[in-house]
Amino acid sequence: MNLPLIVFFFFSFLAVAGAVMVILAREPIHSALSLILVMTALATLYLLLGAEFIAAVQILVYAGAIMVLFVFVIMLLNMGVEERTDFSKLAKFAGLPLAFVLLLFIAHWLWHSPVAGAAASGPGQTTGFSTVDLSRLLFTSYLFPFEATSILILIAILGAMVLARKEE
Amino acid sequence: MNVPVSYYLVLSAILFGLGVVAFVFKRNVITVFMSIELMLNAVNLAFVAFARARNQLDGLVFVFFVIVVAAAEAAVGLAIVIMLSRNRESLNVERVDQLKF
Repeated sequence: MNLPLIVFFFFSFLAVAGAVMVILAREPIHSALSLILVMTALATLYLLLGAEFIAAVQILVYAGAIMVLFVFVIMLLNMGVEERTDFSKLAKFAGLPLAFVLLLFIAHWLWHSPVAGAAASGPGQTTGFSTVDLSRLLFTSYLFPFEATSILILIAILGAMVLARKEE
Repeated sequence: MNVPVSYYLVLSAILFGLGVVAFVFKRNVITVFMSIELMLNAVNLAFVAFARARNQLDGLVFVFFVIVVAAAEAAVGLAIVIMLSRNRESLNVERVDQLKF
């Protein structure tokens, strides 16, 4: 066992445990905190893959902004324990087996895909992705999608304000 | 030896499957939203792993866009949740089955 592999297994265990806790937690606030754990573990895995910029954005935007928004709304609405349902028969007998089949199918495809075992990753082999190159790519080849996302953000701000406004 | 890319892809598939399970089982609107975020995160991990395998930066640009779209979706979705809780008593998705009320 070498160090990158140990780090990978530790943080992937944390991520999977957090995702399981998202499902099992009965109070929405516990689900939200478990999801923050998943996102932080994934940020560490991005660092292991050499993507420092994405790791920073993951912490700042996902764990910092989006999840704070979730926690804020949960506390604003004062949610208690989630109703443990009598979930619908469709979800019980079709949803769970189909989700399991999907998981199995994706895992099977990944093991047999040509890219799977081909390349190795880790900071030892190559240096990390350069943030300068990433921003150059973003402002040349992907300039139009980048501008389009700014319009998307603007529309989202307007939509959120219109939806959450109190009606007189 | 380094970590093979397939390990990252399998982890991504596991997280995506758990997100699907959460999406199917959870009954609160907010936790359903959180399971969508979990699935988006799993896809992001696959993007970064493929970018590393092919040593191309394009995957990271897509991760950036996915994060931006997730932020916009969370803002609008949570505004809808606040509106729902104002007009309805329950946030259970089984009781919120009409677009107009």
